[in-house]
Amino acid sequence: MSAVPKPRQQLRMMIVDDSNVMRRRIERSQQNDLLEVVATAVNGLDAVAKFKQLLPDVMTLDLTMPEMDGIECVEHVIKIKPDVLILVVSALADKATAVEAIEKGANGFLCKPFTDDQLNEALAELIGE
Amino acid sequence: MLDAEEVRTFVQGTVHFFETATGHPATVGSPYLCIDKSAVVQDYAGVIGISGNREGKVYFTAPRGMLSVMLMCMNETDTGEQNVRDLVGEVANTISGNARRDFGRNFVISTPTICDRTNASTAAATTGRSFVIPINWRSYAANVVVCLQ
Repeated sequence: MSAVPKPRQQLRMMIVDDSNVMRRRIERSQQNDLLEVVATAVNGLDAVAKFKQLLPDVMTLDLTMPEMDGIECVEHVIKIKPDVLILVVSALADKATAVEAIEKGANGFLCKPFTDDQLNEALAELIGE
Repeated sequence: MLDAEEVRTFVQGTVHFFETATGHPATVGSPYLCIDKSAVVQDYAGVIGISGNREGKVYFTAPRGMLSVMLMCMNETDTGEQNVRDLVGEVANTISGNARRDFGRNFVISTPTICDRTNASTAAATTGRSFVIPINWRSYAANVVVCLQ
């Protein structure tokens, strides 16, 4: 008799970007039933403060932001919750930046601009769907 | 000073942005050299400061109507002042950030400064000769301006 697969638990997601248009775009476009957006943040500092309270499972993270940039934010949140899944969503298209983000602890990199399909594929890959 | 190959980086980045983000392609006119140091600004401009291995500015400037329609094409229902200003900065940020594919990671970009006709003369003024890249998108005309030492 084959075992019935257990349904996966919903994952709580935070969206971090200094652009309101981008935050809303990501929230609106993501269509994965396993993801629930629980918070948004406008820079790295704001993200770390909200992260400590909410401990989300998944984060989309811009890199170029005021107050605290995305790379520094990765370093902070990884210390708080090492298994958080981080998708960097940035316009910085050079390979070295993507490599640095991954080395610091990010799990994926999506270059802006992106289509809805590209965003959803990147999120699906991030959570192992 | 930019060379032709470097100008092409910004032309390709601009075309890619419109096609991908709005789903509607833009056509790009012939880039031209602007020796006048005063700013070429329409209703709004998103200005990115460049430092590191190059110094200068990159900015995207567009009329309000175009920015509103761009938001609509991105399925954004709020086309108010705040989102219009936000979008013009995001376009400039994306085009400049994508240029690092060719210029490398030492092409350091700032967060965007947003200006309109009231403060454009200082925020978008350049210190040298600029390349103006004319953009036609739907029925609108906009510009990407690149001034790099």
